[in-house]
Order: sequence, then structure tokens, then C-alpha cells
Amino acid sequence: MEPVKIKLDQSNELFRDLMPKKFGVQGRLWVAFLLLVILIGAFAYYRQLKYGLVVTDMRDFTSWGIYISNFVFFVAISLVGSLVSAILKLTNIAWRTPLVRISEIIAVAGITFAALIIIVDMGRPERFWHLFVYGRIQSPILWDVIVITTYFVISLLLLYIPLLPDIAICRDTMPDSLKWRKKFYTLLALNWRGTKQQYSLINKCIQILAVLVIPLALGIHTVTSWLFATTYRTGWDSSNFGPYFVAGAFQAGCAGVIAVMYVLRNHYNIKKYITPMHFNNMAKLLVLLSLIYLYFNINEYLVPGYKMKTADSEHLHALFTGSYAPLFWSVQIFGMILPIIVLLFRKGRKPLPVFIVSLCVVVGAWFKRFLIVIPTLLHPFIPIQGVPESWHHYIPTWEEWAITSASLAGALLVITIFVRLFPVISIWEMEEEKEKINQLPKQTQVYGA
Amino acid sequence: MEQENNSRRKFLKAGVITGIAAAGSLGVIEVLSQDEHKKKGDTVKLLSPDGKLIEVDSSQINPEMPEMVLSQHNLREGVPGKKFVMVIDLSKCKNAGKCKSACSKMHYLPEDRSYIKINKMQDAEKAAPYWMPTPCFHCDNPPCVKVCPVDATFKLTDGIVAIDNDRCIGCRFCMVACPYSARVFNWDTEFQLKPAEAKDIMHHEACSSHKTGTVEKCDFCPSHGAKNELPDCVKACPNGVFYFGDENEDVVSNGDETVRLSQLLKDKAGYRYMEDLGTKPRVYYLPAANRQFPFKEAEPATP
Repeated sequence: MEPVKIKLDQSNELFRDLMPKKFGVQGRLWVAFLLLVILIGAFAYYRQLKYGLVVTDMRDFTSWGIYISNFVFFVAISLVGSLVSAILKLTNIAWRTPLVRISEIIAVAGITFAALIIIVDMGRPERFWHLFVYGRIQSPILWDVIVITTYFVISLLLLYIPLLPDIAICRDTMPDSLKWRKKFYTLLALNWRGTKQQYSLINKCIQILAVLVIPLALGIHTVTSWLFATTYRTGWDSSNFGPYFVAGAFQAGCAGVIAVMYVLRNHYNIKKYITPMHFNNMAKLLVLLSLIYLYFNINEYLVPGYKMKTADSEHLHALFTGSYAPLFWSVQIFGMILPIIVLLFRKGRKPLPVFIVSLCVVVGAWFKRFLIVIPTLLHPFIPIQGVPESWHHYIPTWEEWAITSASLAGALLVITIFVRLFPVISIWEMEEEKEKINQLPKQTQVYGA
Repeated sequence: MEQENNSRRKFLKAGVITGIAAAGSLGVIEVLSQDEHKKKGDTVKLLSPDGKLIEVDSSQINPEMPEMVLSQHNLREGVPGKKFVMVIDLSKCKNAGKCKSACSKMHYLPEDRSYIKINKMQDAEKAAPYWMPTPCFHCDNPPCVKVCPVDATFKLTDGIVAIDNDRCIGCRFCMVACPYSARVFNWDTEFQLKPAEAKDIMHHEACSSHKTGTVEKCDFCPSHGAKNELPDCVKACPNGVFYFGDENEDVVSNGDETVRLSQLLKDKAGYRYMEDLGTKPRVYYLPAANRQFPFKEAEPATP
């Protein structure tokens, strides 16, 4: 196929609409807000470094807290990159094109902050290098380090390589007066000239990466689930854990993309490209993924709940009817049942309701990880006794909330800055799509539309 | 007493030295631990293996492993020739708590903190509750060692599961992997040693060196074991609940009596807690049958 020719002037609608634009007042306020949250988190982390992990509410029994559940959330949300840019690509779904870059930047931001938050959780973060010098391969943590690093690299490439032609557009249209920005784009564009050979190279690259990233995506979340499933703890000791985590991750990631694309659509002039059709289709996908996740949830809770083994029963009772019941049922209902019901109806698949439901799913997904990590630790085989009363519970301290919020704000800031610097929808791929449609015979075009 | 005659040379010698072999009442290791009475120049009467009464200088008997050897001892190797093992007799425990306070003292821990927990257990609704002290079980198939990403916790040749607090990154995976909740974490700087105290700690006990942000736990007090002494928790227990010894020698002692490990486990139906997990603990329990004390609830824990 001949390389696409992109007209770089205001007559080209794609160019006009999709080039990055300066932030308005709202955009600046948003960035300022994120920076404020990050600053508070940085202060909380300074306190944690100074006084030790004692500033958290983690103690000998609840030895993992919201840092770890937040880590699992980040890994989960990052799986969406592979869903949209690989699975939908390999299944030849054409409407995915405007969503690819959005989901890929979510993936990169998610996996980056997953890695950072795990360092925050360490008692001795300055010994992080021990993992590389003294690493032992039989530890699931090492598997996680390996697979997360690999996934990070592949996701970054999946973001960067298709971005090259668009960076070149930024470079070529940047006036010479803006020296630094011109330099920035020139450096990143890697001497892109848009030749036929270059296009065929990146198309090949994308194809290979898209295939590679699928097993890796399954890998990162399966290994993350093994951090729990390889222990003896009730609620974690489950052979269902790998697929259960992967299913939950795809569902959360899908909702995450919907939420981000709704916000971008309302603040950028891209309503033409991200249409109600996209919300309709993504909503259908979310229903499917929610159903799969529901299936695994039923497996995860019904089977041990049916038997009610002594060790399991205390943990399950805490979830079903005990102190964690309100949170547990809210998460199950708003995070799983609600999308399945609302999005079944055509009216429910309009942009706004889809957005609201997706937000519910994302928030539910965060608390779902909390429910996976913490209640189990509060129900060890030998019941907790003879320790201070506060050790029987886990209520995260302000430092934990601040650091966790900062990590979430950090991920959002990465996405925000990316949107400011690069076209959020791939200009050249949209151009290619347009040409493809133009080249189709008339008859097909009718059916294809 | 025929158990002692069959035990290894070191134990036999020690037994003979102090004449217990004849008297047959005092424990071997108990006496060994009382070596502070002996000074050079003293003579001790003892019964030689062939039945003669002889007199020797006290410095010749019970030669201690020099401190030098211990301090240069490799943290990752363990005491040569030993295979430490513990037996806890649940029928004798009344939650006196002396093991805990002795442990805290020995390891320079704050008073409310110890590596031993004493848990109220009840096996069935109609069964009577009992107290179960739990130190680290020093499993032969340790889940904590398996999951450690940096080899900061490891199995020694003497059976001990040790920790290198200079290696530990504080990920706490070992804590969630341990099904017995044996591990504790240095959440803050409070437990850090003052330099003056650190001087007193022998190197081999670096296993519990209280570094902030790292994991620690019961270490079976290997420097005591190396000198054929009993750990402080064993010595401190007023009811003789803990037996400690060497599996290679097949001998354990609670300070009052020294018995053969295999015989004790056979006679009193010894078992290991949650055997079905396959972790192969080095701590055995004797069931809480024929209790010496009626069960009494503990005082509420101080907040």
C-alpha cells in the first residue's frame, strides 16, 4: 500500500482537529489540582521515609495494605492497552482506531505507577537494587519484576512506534521560533520521513508487538495473582486466581478507556471521531467483560461458600454478612451487576450513561482489589490474639491515602501531559482508514457503513 | 537414665562430669548452662565412664566454643553438626508468659513484643480450650524462604531459618507466605538497638538485629545452641513446656529432664501443627491431654 499523504494545513480536517492544543482555564486548573495532590503525596512519602512504615496502619498481621491493592489496580487497568491495540486489532475491528492511542497511554501510565507504588510499599526502598543483584528466580516477585518490565517496554513501543509519523507532523509544523519544542519533536521523530519503506516497517512492528503483547498481558496479571495464590492464605489459595484477575483487569481497563475517552471528547474537538457509535460498541464490550468477570466471581465465592470450610468461613462471613459486607456488596453490584443491566439497553449505551457506569466500574475495581488483599490478611489460620486492639483492623492512615491518591493523580497527569504534547488520535492511521473506505467498491461501502 | 548413656559423647561427658549419671536427677543441659560457677583452679569430682571417681580442673570440662569462632561464624551456614529441634508440651502450658518476656529480654525487644505468641486454641466446640505457644517453626520446607526475592531469608545446615537483615528489602512477602504468622516487621525505628546494646549482641545473633523496615522472627538462639545451652525461652518456662535439643543426637531437654526425642514423640503422640500444609516444621507439639493446669482466660491485652 502506498504511504498516506497528509496535507499539513488547515484545509485538512484531521490535522485541524487532532493536533495538540494549549490548555484552557479548565485544563490548567486540572493540572494544578493534580500537582497539588502529588505534592501532598510527596510530603506523606517524605514522612514515611523518615519515620518508617509505622506511619501506615499496616502491622504484623495486615502486612500488606492499600499500596498493594493499588498496585494490583494499576496492573489491572494497564491491561487495556493490549485489549484495544492488540485483541481488537487482530480481530480486524475498524472502529478501534481512534481509541488505540488513548488506551495505550493508559497502559503505559498504569504500569509505570504500578512499579512506583511497589517501591513505596517496600520497607527498604533504597535496597531496590538487591532485586537485580541477589534476585532468586523461584520467588513470584522476581517473575513479576521480569514480566512487568517486559510489558512496560512492549507497551511503550506500542505507544511510541505508531506515534512516529504524528511526531514528525508536530516537528514539521512547529515554527522555528519555538526552538526547544522543535528540538524535542525532532529528537523524538527519529528522522521520520514518511517513506514507503518506513511505513511498511512500522506496520510490521505494530503487527509483531500486537501479537507479543497478548501473552505478556495475560502474564503480568496472572503473575500478579500468583503473588497471592502461591500462599496458603484463605481467600487467596485458589487455582481460579489467574483467570479471575485477568478477567477483572480487562473489565476495569475497558471501563477506564471509556471514562478517559468521554472526558477527552468533551474537552477536545474530537466528537467527530469518538462518536456515540464508539460508546455503544465499547459498552457492549463492557457487558461481555462484566459477564465473564461475574462468572469468575461466582466461581471464586460460591464454591468455597458452598463448602464453608472452617478456615474459609470466617473470611467469607466477614465479606458476605460481616464488617466488609457493605463494601463487598456495593462493589459486586455497582462494579459488575450495574453495567450488565444498564448497558443491555440501547438507551443505556448513550455516551453519558456509559460514562457514569464506567466510573462506577473503575471505582468498584479499585475497592475490589482492597477486598481481595485486606480481609484475607485479617483472618490468618491462628486467629489474631494477644496484640493491641488496633492490630485487629486495618484503616489506612492519611499518609497512605495521600500517597495512593498521588499515584492515581500521577497516572492522570502522565495522560494529561501526553494529550497536551501529542495528537490523542492517530492522524496518519485515521487518514489511512479514510483512504481505505474511499478505495472500497461502492457496493461494499454501503454495507460496510 | 539409659537414654543418657546412649546419647552422644558430649552429652555423656557432661553428664558424667557433674555426677548426674549417678544421681540421675538433674538435666544435662541445665547444668551446662550454669557454668558461671566454675572458675579456673577449681577441681570437680566426677565419675569416669569406667566407674572410677576422678578429680579434674574445671577449666578442662565443658570447653566453651570460643567467642572468636562464633563471631566469625558465617551467618549463612549454621552451627556445624547440629540439627536443632523443639518440642512444646501443651499439657503443661498455662500461659505464664515467661517465655515471652525472656525472649524479649534476650533479643532486646520492647517488653510488649516477643517472637513467641501464646495463642488460645480450641479444637472443637465441646473441647476445652488450651494455650499454644508458637515460636517460628523453622520449617524444613519453608514457604517464607521459597518466596523471598533476594535470598534474605534462608535455611541453615542446623535447620534454622535465618534472616539477613542487611539484605532484606522489606517486601513482607515472607510474612504473608508464613501460614503461622511467625514473622514480625520493624515498622519503625523504635526497635532499633542503641549502639551500646548492639555491642553486646554476638554476631551470630545478627539474625535479629532490629533494622527498620526489615522482617525478623524467632531465631532459635543459635549462639546458645552452639554452646550446648538452651534458648532463653526454654530456660525461663517455669513449667517445663519447651524441650530443645538436637535431632542428630536424638535428645531434647526442657532444663529439668533430658529425654530422647523419638521416644518422647512416640510416648506422648507428638505432632506438628497443620501437618497437611507440607511445610515440615521443626517444632513438634505434645497434645494438651492430662493437663497440669485448668484453663484460665488471659488478662485483656494492654493496648
